[in-house]
Amino acid sequence: MSDDVVSDIQRQYLVDLADKGRRFDDRGLDEYRDVSIETDVINQAEGSAHVRLGGTEVYCGVKMEMGDPYSDSPNQGVITTTAERNQMASPDFEGGPPRGPSVEVSRVIDRGIRESDAVPLESLCIEPGEKCWVVYLDVHCVDFDGNLFDAGSLGLLAALMTAQIPNHRHDLGEPEPLEIRSQPIMTTAVKIGDEILFDPTDLEEKVSSPRISVSTDEHGRIRAAQKSLAGGFQPEEIQETIRRSRRKAEELRSNVLETVKK
Amino acid sequence: MAKADAPDLLNHEGLRIAERDPVNDEYTYGRGKDELRPIEIEAGVLNRADGSAYLEWGENKVLAATYGPRECHPRRDQDPAEAVVRVTYNMAPFSVSDRTRPGPSRRDREIGKVTSEALEPAVLTQLYPGAAIDVFIEIIEAEAGTRCAGLTAASVSMADAGIPMKGLVTSCAAGKIEDDVVLDLSREEDFHGEADLPIAVVPKTGDVVLLQMDGDLSADEFDEAIDKAYEACYDIHDLQKQALVDRYQGSATNGGNR
Repeated sequence: MSDDVVSDIQRQYLVDLADKGRRFDDRGLDEYRDVSIETDVINQAEGSAHVRLGGTEVYCGVKMEMGDPYSDSPNQGVITTTAERNQMASPDFEGGPPRGPSVEVSRVIDRGIRESDAVPLESLCIEPGEKCWVVYLDVHCVDFDGNLFDAGSLGLLAALMTAQIPNHRHDLGEPEPLEIRSQPIMTTAVKIGDEILFDPTDLEEKVSSPRISVSTDEHGRIRAAQKSLAGGFQPEEIQETIRRSRRKAEELRSNVLETVKK
Repeated sequence: MAKADAPDLLNHEGLRIAERDPVNDEYTYGRGKDELRPIEIEAGVLNRADGSAYLEWGENKVLAATYGPRECHPRRDQDPAEAVVRVTYNMAPFSVSDRTRPGPSRRDREIGKVTSEALEPAVLTQLYPGAAIDVFIEIIEAEAGTRCAGLTAASVSMADAGIPMKGLVTSCAAGKIEDDVVLDLSREEDFHGEADLPIAVVPKTGDVVLLQMDGDLSADEFDEAIDKAYEACYDIHDLQKQALVDRYQGSATNGGNR
């Protein structure tokens, strides 16, 4: 039942549509699918979010444990991000140790959060050189229809924004909200034919040649980017995509993130 | 953990813990000895899987998905006479209080194995020689009794996928706390209790298809525990059937509870 392979006819259909500025699900080229975010869905986690982006569905969890700071950064805590492409989510996902695509999505999502200083690492220091918070960010994909990058990034940000530091479990007092310094939003686009379109479905990711993910903060500054999949972009296509990405991120920030209560 | 830290598992009226306030470590009592935690089941919640189910059982939150019957890879797993039922049981890293490493642990693998052996007897496997029926159980949040929750959800997801079966498979546990045999242990009861005995039943045939036990029970207590869990399986079976009826009578809304 795996539909890893896309027929030439289907491929050509999507390319022809893109040439006319259209998509198979009637979305505009920059249009995102419906997004919904629900937070505080997992009591065992310090912060959590359940995100639906069209047919893609992820659970995101923030767990915090007490640990040792790295010796080269005694005044900082640690964050670590993992995204899983669970076999449940798609007939194309494989079991076993994480391979390239899983590792890539983990690292790209991580970069967006880390490089924007969304969670200031100094704020995770408990006792310099001795004790710090280790923050685990996990993206658990249970239904996959493309664009895990944006769904996972959005879910983790929502989970972080609602996370409570579990001070009470370590005799450090009452739980308190995690400090969030910036709100990076990732937007992902693919090239089909000569057109760039945002928030690709699984089918569009399979048909596309290259893909680009760009993370921007609330000041419109670019904090992380990644080109992936086969094929390439012309430099002007990249500039154009970044311009559209920034606008899209602003839109998602005001439309979607607004629904996340702090 | 020292037993001294244990909360009272029964209050002066003999009622069990119904709720816990995690920040203040305070407990509310009110559950009877033969009372299940609240259970909600919804069928057909995922897009990609051939069949799926979402189940909440106490604080457990579980998703199950079925793919197949489909080609069986690797070939060494194939049975030329019948379909094989393969189960992957996995806990989300944030599902428990101390984060777990992603990917199935040894515990998860064992549960996957016994779950597949519990589900398989209900399936008309001879209809699909050489094929695989793949079932994935993801524990999104764990309290206690995740294997029962996972198995119960898995069976609904198989029915939702249209897998021909003799009947659903239903699972429930009984255990022992404060010298009493009780139904369906919660987190505190599992942690501080004396025994846990999960079983699974094919209610249509009456067969017990899973049985595990740990702790300390007399022969009489063992019988009592099986009786309690066995009887409860028939109640849970009604909830499974209702979830499927709701799905196929069109009254269910996708993702209503989540």
